[in-house]
Amino acid sequence: MSDPMSDPMSGPAADPAADPGGWPVTATRHLLSIADLGRDGINEVMRVTDSFVEVGRRAIPKVPALRGKTVVSLFCEDSTRTRLSFETAARRLSADTMNFSASSSSLSKGESLRDTVETIDAMGVHALVVRHFSAGVPWQVASWVSAAVVNAGDGWHEHPTQALLDCYTIRESIGADAGLEGLRIAIVGDVKHSRVARSNVLAFSALGAEVTIVAPPTLLPPSLAGWPVVVSNDLDGVLPKSDVVYLLRLQTERATESLLPSVREYTAGYGLTRERGALLAERALVMHPGPMNRGVEIAAELAGLPNSLVTRQVANGVAVRMAVLYLLLGSGADLGA
Amino acid sequence: MAERERYLTPPRRGVFVARAQVMTASDVRRALTRIAHEVIERNRGLERVALIGLQTGGAPLARRLAAILEEIDGTAVPVGSVDVAFYRDDIGLRPVLPEAVTSIDFEVSGRVVVLVDDVLFTGRTVRAALNALNDYGRAQAVQLAVMVDRGHRELPIRPDYVGKNLPTRRDELVDVSEEGVVLGDLVAR
Repeated sequence: MSDPMSDPMSGPAADPAADPGGWPVTATRHLLSIADLGRDGINEVMRVTDSFVEVGRRAIPKVPALRGKTVVSLFCEDSTRTRLSFETAARRLSADTMNFSASSSSLSKGESLRDTVETIDAMGVHALVVRHFSAGVPWQVASWVSAAVVNAGDGWHEHPTQALLDCYTIRESIGADAGLEGLRIAIVGDVKHSRVARSNVLAFSALGAEVTIVAPPTLLPPSLAGWPVVVSNDLDGVLPKSDVVYLLRLQTERATESLLPSVREYTAGYGLTRERGALLAERALVMHPGPMNRGVEIAAELAGLPNSLVTRQVANGVAVRMAVLYLLLGSGADLGA
Repeated sequence: MAERERYLTPPRRGVFVARAQVMTASDVRRALTRIAHEVIERNRGLERVALIGLQTGGAPLARRLAAILEEIDGTAVPVGSVDVAFYRDDIGLRPVLPEAVTSIDFEVSGRVVVLVDDVLFTGRTVRAALNALNDYGRAQAVQLAVMVDRGHRELPIRPDYVGKNLPTRRDELVDVSEEGVVLGDLVAR
């Protein structure tokens, strides 16, 4: 697979109809990029997420808000947590869910993505949650359908709901009113192939955090022009100065692509090993988007420590996705701005 | 306050212009004291009573009512608040966003729940609150206390305790705050 983007941060053009105004999220018909939201939009999602976290704590964690709406997950790439998280979110909002996976559909008979998507849209669905292995597909899909489109990860490009749940998780553990202003966040690992890194850099910096990227040179994007980040390849130097350490998954095939000498050498230089755990600042938070390679980018002991937010990230994922679906489908989108 | 805030949200932009003071701050306090006595009388004590304020206007009233109940009867009743955004029947017709997080940290089942709101108008908010309450448990009974009943009901809902019955036009606004109750109009900017 070739690099889908020469300029990593620009990506496909945003929907011109999406003009964030006084109602940042509700005026946006789709959630394709974190850039669609901006600071106010992210904060609005956080605020609404608070209410859905409370819903999740109830004996009956379900509200009737999206009765009669249909949410389709269109996944052209393997996924467990994101797909289940979106489906749980839709069901807790009382929406109907349909599930589409590329391998068991007409796509495998050679039907084009456009025909497949238009067929689903013609059934009268209200939201399409799209995961695809190529960057930009959610933008294409949004231009074909009348339903709201949520980007659930496109290639190496963006994964906006992951960034939203990460922001929420940080905010939850440092206190909701503190914000991310001035927080020092290190994103460590395979930034080049990471849609999570791209969305998180946008979201963290929109909220005022100072982001440092730590990666071996071969796993950095070809150009960092326009990225509001500092780059380092000295993890030992960055760790003590970081409030949040965000580890990315290392896909082990990167070693066979000769981007890395070996997985062990990666761990020696960039893994959060037990020894490096001692370098962490006292209240530093450790995050990982999952699935974790224990013993590669994070030591098994560290993943289970109290300042590891990994399980909080998963738990908050459902509430954040409820907020996103509710804001797109339930709050009178065409009334905004 | 809640009603005024709701009307100020887009797309119904406008400014609330006060026309008449209907209740003073001490009128509101006296009405709350009377309602407190009525709650105790009706329920023969406060043993199973809990108060739940509707966000946002009813929440401070519920807390004040609980303080008065404790003063009179010496019993501390549990107080919660509920935001009904996700239960409204106009979702999708206008921006319906939660204004505050629901907080009910006591067992609802078996209790007599008194819902508290500032203004009773169409009854749709109360209908939504009844549905929301149901998700927390099966209350033994639900009663409704409002500071102002302004009429124009669209559902078969009636209050058990009323601060003041206030005949209004549909397009008027009623604002309940610390300073009392004010009747006014929404004027376009």
